[in-house]
Amino acid sequence: MLANPHAATRRELLIASGTLFAWAYLPKLARAEGRDPRLLVIVLRGALDGLAAVAPVGDPDWVALRGDHALTLGGKPAALPLDSFFALNPAMPNLHRLYKSGAATIVHAAATPYRERSHFDGQDVLESGLAKPGAADSGWLNRALVSLQPADRAGGSRDAFAIGPIAPLVVRGPAPVLSWTPRRLPPASDDTVMRLIELYRHTDPVLARVLEERMGLASMARAGGMDGEQPRPVGAGQVRAYFAESAGTAAKFLARANGPRIGALAFDGWDTHAAEGATNGRLATLLGALDGAIAAIEAEMKEAWPETVVAVVTEFGRTARINGTDGTDHGTATVALLAGGALKGGRVIADWPGLKPSKLHEGRDLKPTTDVRAVLKGLLNDHLRVDASVLASKVFPDSAAVKPMAGLLQQA
Amino acid sequence: MALDPKAEAALALHRFGLGPRAGSIAAIASDPRGALIAELDRAGAGRIGTADLLTSGVAARAAFAYQQAQREARQAERAAQQANAAGAGAPEMKAQSGAPPPAAPRPAAGPGLPQQIYLAEAKARIDAALAADIGFVERLVWFWSNHFCVSADKGNVRQICGAYEREVIRANVLGRFGDLLLAVESHPAMLIYLDNARSIGPASIAGLRQRRGLNENLAREILELHTLGVRTVYTQDDVTRFANVITGWTVVPFRQDPVRGGEFEFNPRMHEPGAQTVIGKSYPDAGLEQGRAVLAALARHPATARHVASKLARHFVADEPPPALVERLAKRFIATQGDLKETAKALVSAPEAWEAPRAKLKRPGEWAVGALRAVGATPADIGPVMQAHNLLGEPLWRPAAPKGFADESAPWLDGLAQRLDIANQFARRFGAEADPREVFEEALAPLASDETRQTITRAESRPQALALLFMAPEFQRR
Repeated sequence: MLANPHAATRRELLIASGTLFAWAYLPKLARAEGRDPRLLVIVLRGALDGLAAVAPVGDPDWVALRGDHALTLGGKPAALPLDSFFALNPAMPNLHRLYKSGAATIVHAAATPYRERSHFDGQDVLESGLAKPGAADSGWLNRALVSLQPADRAGGSRDAFAIGPIAPLVVRGPAPVLSWTPRRLPPASDDTVMRLIELYRHTDPVLARVLEERMGLASMARAGGMDGEQPRPVGAGQVRAYFAESAGTAAKFLARANGPRIGALAFDGWDTHAAEGATNGRLATLLGALDGAIAAIEAEMKEAWPETVVAVVTEFGRTARINGTDGTDHGTATVALLAGGALKGGRVIADWPGLKPSKLHEGRDLKPTTDVRAVLKGLLNDHLRVDASVLASKVFPDSAAVKPMAGLLQQA
Repeated sequence: MALDPKAEAALALHRFGLGPRAGSIAAIASDPRGALIAELDRAGAGRIGTADLLTSGVAARAAFAYQQAQREARQAERAAQQANAAGAGAPEMKAQSGAPPPAAPRPAAGPGLPQQIYLAEAKARIDAALAADIGFVERLVWFWSNHFCVSADKGNVRQICGAYEREVIRANVLGRFGDLLLAVESHPAMLIYLDNARSIGPASIAGLRQRRGLNENLAREILELHTLGVRTVYTQDDVTRFANVITGWTVVPFRQDPVRGGEFEFNPRMHEPGAQTVIGKSYPDAGLEQGRAVLAALARHPATARHVASKLARHFVADEPPPALVERLAKRFIATQGDLKETAKALVSAPEAWEAPRAKLKRPGEWAVGALRAVGATPADIGPVMQAHNLLGEPLWRPAAPKGFADESAPWLDGLAQRLDIANQFARRFGAEADPREVFEEALAPLASDETRQTITRAESRPQALALLFMAPEFQRR
């Protein structure tokens, strides 16, 4: 829980983060137009199943592909219709409301240029903005910040802002970053517990037994091993609280007249290999927590909400089909979720590739038809007024061929 | 030994040290045993920089002055409240007492001075553990500090428990057991912790004048825990006699001597006169020397050698240590008149010490520091590390009983789920710059199973990978 609801002073931030900053950066061109834009990037680590978040209910191959796991308009609970083709996961009523009011946009069948399936490398590509994995010490959001003009020293704390014990790579780099650590970090996720128990079962029966007992899984283990297991429902409240606190706090800082304008945070837990639970399990919990985080941002932004864009992105998607353990494995294309009052929303933007086996990437994944960098470049260009040539060379190196997506914002 | 050089180096670091840092395994792979011994032979081994730390005497006097000021502030505040309450109703009283008391100074926010000193000492200890190349000497310091434990939760020990470890344990950790024993039992921290500072010989000058008398606590624990071991060669009569011997081993009262207050002194007025027989030997009353003579005899006793040898072997090697190893260590201890460096060398030179399966669960502090070392973190704020100690049941310098924290694995297994939450937090707080695949290669790979390697490389994020690495059986057990 947020024990300290007042906006932190600059000094408190420095104490919390230990990060020193020398000067700040401002989107001066945007301000010259009389705007004061805010951008918050949320990285979902672990690879979000885009088809379970935003289902192509109008695709004739959809139900056949996912069977009982397919979100449908007639399901229980029922998916929330977006247009004649797509429907939103029922765990996300806030995002649905924003979409209906024109303050949310969904980009589907989107992916970074990364085509392998390693989380670490995929996250590096997503956050570094480089076309290939490799050693990266700065993120595209930070480099975008550098391209903005330095503000006066007296201008206050207008740096980028990162929530979490460690600043996500996307916001690390030469531009100074403030970071804020929630007082209470979340406990280890169910997913981490499951992975550890699985490891212990194969290598250390004593540790396996102790951890199973402590986690209350002993009975499930006796009932039939991994197949019969469901992730513990407990902890959902903690996940929701952590997401909402982190996002709400970020919004508080971004909303301040003298606060930072650009922020980033990361949420883990999306690697749903087993018992994905898109409508009533683990993924539903996570999507619900994300939905709550978006609601918290809207609430805390207050008057600044019309100037706000929240971009939710993930390293890659998941397999189009369900695997043998009621989950999905690492895939390729997925969704990017955009929310905020500055958007020209109420649209799903997709060059839909189809779900027939021949249309799937490598016969297994949703095929990427939109480059996530086009979406991000469009936002940076139209919202913050980062120059297109800088975007193509410095922010997303070697991306000249990927044109900024136009028309995402009300004011282009 | 069938271990390849890298595996042996990794074992040396996990079993005898505080865990690998980047490059540690490669640095000692050519001769892991030699590297452990070289750490023992290094000049100043065991000592730490003390530039900003207080001696126990200075710390004790500073804390006394602080507590006295706090008391006076509270009294002044109470007096002011009473004066206000009396207020208009009793003007004569007010007039009588003269000017109203000055506004009491508010107690400063944040931890009090004893806690500040405690935290500064804790920081120095953790920093030393993070900075050590292998950490064998630090592990020995931790071992002996736990063997001769005191508790910060007792009386005025909080402000001097860190100084106690530096002045007594670190100063003698590679010296002779007899010197270490004498330094321990004559340090104010131990004399306060086990009540000897207040123990008075019944027939001493002080004993004849007041009702207070003998306290056997320290004498019993010296025999039972520090030297011979429980149920060995001593009787209740030995305990009482020995308690008489060390009456007068006390601490200078602050009010009596503002300059030396809080330091050790032998007070002959509290000392029980006469000869005492302890474990079959009579010791004439020679004041302080009587106690020194008994301690010297205890340090030389074969039961002490066996007790120390089995505790060392249990701590470093196995809950049920190989008898051959215990025998080897006890022999070396006796042959060298309790030379602790030679005994430590015998430990790492013994084949049994390397052959035992990696079954022991690392103690919480060892494990937490090992995690920080693995990712190369040197946090300025030790709060999360202290919290980890507390949550996992090993609060620093605060054991529940004079026996110290358990050396067996079983009691620590209970904290496994809490370890996971701390692993998760450490990965997020301290693993910002770390690549789990590199950490794995540098800290664990030579000892790790394929399953562990896969679990780490297939994690959904770097923080998760690091948390799983910290929790891997090969990182928990040594």
